[in-house]
Amino acid sequence: MSALHTRTLTQLADGLRRKSFSSVELVGELLARIEKSQPALNAFISVTAPEALEAARAADRALAAGAGGALTGVPIAHKDIFCTEGVRTTCGSRMLDSFVSPYDATVVAKLKRAGAVMLGKTNMDEFAMGSSNETSFYGPVRNPWNLQLVPGGSSGGSAAAVAARLIPGATATDTGGSIRQPAALCGITGMKPTYGRVSRFGMVAFASSLDQGGTLTASTADAALMLREMAGFDPRDSTSVDTPVPDYVSTLEQPIAGLKVGLLAEFFDKGLDPDNERCVREALRVFESLGASVTQVSLPNLPMSVPVYYVVAPAEASSNLARYDGVRFGHRCENPRDLNDMYRRSRGEGFGAEVKRRIMTGTYVLSAGYYDAYYLKAQRVRALINADFVRAFESVDVLIGPTTPTPAFPLGAKTSDPITMYLNDIYTIGANLAGLPAISVPCGFVQGLPVGLQIVGPHFSEARVLSAAHAFQRVTDWHTRVPVGYA
Amino acid sequence: MALTREQIASIATLARLELTAEEVPVYQESLSRILDFVGALERADTANVTPMAHPLPGLAQRLRPDEVTEVDRHERYQLNAPLTAAGLYLVPRVIE
Repeated sequence: MSALHTRTLTQLADGLRRKSFSSVELVGELLARIEKSQPALNAFISVTAPEALEAARAADRALAAGAGGALTGVPIAHKDIFCTEGVRTTCGSRMLDSFVSPYDATVVAKLKRAGAVMLGKTNMDEFAMGSSNETSFYGPVRNPWNLQLVPGGSSGGSAAAVAARLIPGATATDTGGSIRQPAALCGITGMKPTYGRVSRFGMVAFASSLDQGGTLTASTADAALMLREMAGFDPRDSTSVDTPVPDYVSTLEQPIAGLKVGLLAEFFDKGLDPDNERCVREALRVFESLGASVTQVSLPNLPMSVPVYYVVAPAEASSNLARYDGVRFGHRCENPRDLNDMYRRSRGEGFGAEVKRRIMTGTYVLSAGYYDAYYLKAQRVRALINADFVRAFESVDVLIGPTTPTPAFPLGAKTSDPITMYLNDIYTIGANLAGLPAISVPCGFVQGLPVGLQIVGPHFSEARVLSAAHAFQRVTDWHTRVPVGYA
Repeated sequence: MALTREQIASIATLARLELTAEEVPVYQESLSRILDFVGALERADTANVTPMAHPLPGLAQRLRPDEVTEVDRHERYQLNAPLTAAGLYLVPRVIE
């Protein structure tokens, strides 16, 4: 067997261009791995094998003709939150179980244009609401490092698929940590760009002032390559920002000597597992050995980020998810008595427990008499947290801390208590509230489970964040570890 | 903050969500706890702080020329509709 799956996305793109192997060969190998892994991992909701092989054949023809883009013939998977023309797009929900998107999300179209070949749609928490991938209508995803554990969420399928080397790169979205937290728990690299950097058009909306698309890959170099092809202005997204996209690949090697690193004091709290802390502190020493200076930075309002998030995100979700009314698309109940009965039963049947909880929380905090006390108050505290970040970036280039408080936890361990589940995202939510780019990279192992290191930068500093993470990966090999059974 | 069964029913009505009898106490308990949890925000001093609705300050809503840029694809879109007839979406009778 050719074992192409062990190569990184960057290596695969190069190998295809050199014609060391064909896209058909590569896609065939990975489709077989996906099929074999599916009963244990459940990382995919849909596998599009015939379309993938057809696209691979077209890619091979383009490569033979010396044509093609940066990713021609490279297999990728999309989180099932991205609309894919002619392919079922479920968002992990019964509500969209039979929804076949009539158009491509901008991210999907851009990656297609770059030549990437989609192998399927990955499993996720329903409407991206969850931190363990257990709220999916299609069943939980399991962590390839230990099948009794969760992969994290909401992009758990994308993360597990990349960790198990089923796919070299996958798209994902991050509203409160949904790229970085599963990246940390699965031992891979997860990049959430600046809010507005990657188009949200065709990306099913959860919380519109927080949602941002990004990448899950084995390495930072792969993230740079994929992000370069995904990012950019899109007139169809009203919050897309019209600034040029730097070539993240060519800026990867910029040295980090002299880089001013801020250690996020608030992240080293009593909730942080001591072994996770040890890994993160060792990683900080690596940065120092590379010539970076590390100083402690305090963001006093940051501990309020989880309560702010659990007002703002449900509020935005409750209005975004109002569109699922059983009229134009999505689930419709049987034999509705009247219009109101149709709305109520279609939504009651179509949404799962956590989605209903968030819709109701959002409805409550936006309702007359509570709007000021909850919603406006949360937006004010959000401004305080944002101001903390602005102040911090006056004295440091990037902020570093853990991605999660603990390594992966057992399935079912936190499903009965929403607050415990919400606190998984305690270190990741801040970057969403302030709209900042942030990456999680593997920085060690605790009892055989990966630990994530988080690097956060100011708005539109993706190149800086990626080069800092890349410098770390050049001198460490945590990101090259593969779970037993998937090597 | 303990929410009553009636409050849960009223939130569900506003949200157009049919809840089963078993679901009501579950949400009564968890929503009450979530409101207690986010109630911590009350202690933050936010006097003279402008609410932040959006993470990119200064970003204005863009305008575009008032030109038709989309083609009519209603037949394609209606393939996902639960019930249609003659290009229209069908819903239960609203006016008797």
